[in-house]
Amino acid sequence: MSRPETRITRRFQALKEQGRSGFVTFLTAGDPDPDTAREILLGLPAAGADLIEIGVPFSDPMADGPAIQASSLRAIKAGMTLAKTLDAVRDFRETDDDTPIVLMGYYNPIYIYGVDAFLADAKAAGVDGLIVVDLPPEEEGELCLPAIEAGLNFIYLTAPTTDDERLPRVVKNASGFVYFVSITGITGTKSANIDDVSGHVGRIKKATDLPVAVGFGINTPDQAAEIAGVADAAVVGSALVKVITDNLDAAGRAGPGTVEKVLDLVGELAQGVRGA
Amino acid sequence: MNKPNTYRAGVDEDGHFGIYGGRYVAETLMPLILAVEEAWNEAKADDDFWAEFHYHMKHYVGRPSPLYLAGRLTEHLGGARIYFKRDELNHTGAHKINNTIGQILLARRMGKTRIIAETGAGQHGVATATVCALFGLPCIVYMGETDVERQAPNVFRMKLLGAEVRPVTSGTGTLKDAMNEALRDWVANVEETFYIIGTAAGPHPYPSMVRDFQCIIGNEVREQLPELEGEGRLPDSVVACLGGGSNAIGLFHPFLDDDGVRIIGVEAAGHGLDTDQHCASLTGGRPGVLHGNRTYLLQTEEGQILDGHSISAGLDYPGIGPEHSWLRDTGRVEYVSVTDTEALDAFQLCTKMEGIIPALEPSHALAHVAKIAPELPRDHIMVMNMCGRGDKDIFTVAKHLGVGVTEE
Ligand SMILES: Cc1ncc(COP(=O)(O)O)c(C=O)c1O
Repeated sequence: MSRPETRITRRFQALKEQGRSGFVTFLTAGDPDPDTAREILLGLPAAGADLIEIGVPFSDPMADGPAIQASSLRAIKAGMTLAKTLDAVRDFRETDDDTPIVLMGYYNPIYIYGVDAFLADAKAAGVDGLIVVDLPPEEEGELCLPAIEAGLNFIYLTAPTTDDERLPRVVKNASGFVYFVSITGITGTKSANIDDVSGHVGRIKKATDLPVAVGFGINTPDQAAEIAGVADAAVVGSALVKVITDNLDAAGRAGPGTVEKVLDLVGELAQGVRGA
Repeated sequence: MNKPNTYRAGVDEDGHFGIYGGRYVAETLMPLILAVEEAWNEAKADDDFWAEFHYHMKHYVGRPSPLYLAGRLTEHLGGARIYFKRDELNHTGAHKINNTIGQILLARRMGKTRIIAETGAGQHGVATATVCALFGLPCIVYMGETDVERQAPNVFRMKLLGAEVRPVTSGTGTLKDAMNEALRDWVANVEETFYIIGTAAGPHPYPSMVRDFQCIIGNEVREQLPELEGEGRLPDSVVACLGGGSNAIGLFHPFLDDDGVRIIGVEAAGHGLDTDQHCASLTGGRPGVLHGNRTYLLQTEEGQILDGHSISAGLDYPGIGPEHSWLRDTGRVEYVSVTDTEALDAFQLCTKMEGIIPALEPSHALAHVAKIAPELPRDHIMVMNMCGRGDKDIFTVAKHLGVGVTEE
């Protein structure tokens, strides 16, 4: 199948021309409330995000650690849904038609929304790619192949446990980029080891010509810089989500300065990546 | 839907029962799932594996469990002849041990040195801790925080058996979250760990593997009934309760292709299907994807998973094994539900009539038996799976009956 051309492919092409790696942010849609989340989202490109991943809240995020689990539950409690996540993307596209947006989440909310309706609505809203944690290539008929038909990139996760024999199967219908999960574990719980990451990225590069982004174990600007030295992009999620968590007031609402503090960290991480 | 040639073909190569089942797991887990599948396919075809399994079933678990004519209950209800398949007499008091023995033998074959499990009521946790003690393997059991409080005796049992019980506070702190947490542990400890799932659910190959271990229940019934009722005699109906569906599929599966056998699965209706306080995924939920498989689930309009409620902690799961979803859609099995109150009544009826204190889970099956048996002819043979004993439930029952019992 041919790979869809999207803002993601264009952005990685541009980064290549600039000779640098990209910085990818992950935040959960509607966390801790839709208004705060909107302000953060609109501020991300200027703060230095090259690509934006938006987490679709799910009640049972199996692959996530405590920080992102809690953000998901906060967002659900604040009324966030998949439909409203698409609204947020549409809203973002009013002022930014270049920054790629990837929705990341679990299959059930999409399945319940209806695959065809979701793909049409996501494309129309301005989504570029999908990462669906619990859809391995073995289940590609569910969403990956229809997504490619609809012109969206389907981004596969690869893990340290994905050996050389399995890698070609995983990247076969991948497009946009390949996401290397740098730790065996859930988000936000361990730190990536740079030598290991470098080796795995090399393995993946042998199996595909797609850009490789690395995420799950990156928490500081130094780590981001280190990873950016060996990969095409570095993804930071839990560390950003923790800024929101740490700034909640006693009633669990966004405390003063939340937006600025998140964007400040985005800026520092982006500098780390750009300096690499 | 067209009637399939057989209902017992099992599962297709990719782990599906019709549209249900599958392998909806993160990539980090996928290689592990494939390794379990490969090891299971080898073990399944190996006579030595089954010889070891049956050795433990006989000498350690105490099988075959009796098939017992519940005479006074039959007389009292005045219709069908009611047999209990006495799996409550197994070591550890429920059918769960059939599965944990099977899975730990597989874990050993794979050279795994660390066992994890999830548990709701604690029965599967106890059965896992038991086989870990038997084989000298470390055991970690994830249990929702609320269940740790509700099921204190089983928590202590697990600890006595040497297991570490980790209370789960994430999500809603119940069985589904315990399963999430076990999956998270597995992702983080891939090399040495084997995950013993407690019911016929989860990613392929678990649903069909757990079923194959639990089929010892139905296969024994097929052998035992003719000894009691004459050569070739099959039951006219079989009835079992459903949490995740493992005891039920174990009883049902050997009879799926016998057209004359009516098959009934009983879900927990909690406070009633017209409330949001029930656990009836098949009769009150809709298809979705959770914990590695597509199946009927309790969920919101937006696809967020809901917590169920049942007086019986063992039925308190918002999903159901995928094979049951398929059997529901094909119409081969009837699925019904029974409320907390009806189950409590059946619990007391059985205790007084038969001198058997049933667990609250099979009390649900029994409540349905009590509903339909009186209308059936006296030569109708009905086999119900008495899948667990009620010692663990006496405090819950006392509370509901307004009787003070202390645990000391
Ligand atoms: C005695 C008993 N019966 C039934 C169940 C429900 O599980 P399943 O539907 O897998 O048999 C449990 C679960 O804990 C149980 O302890």
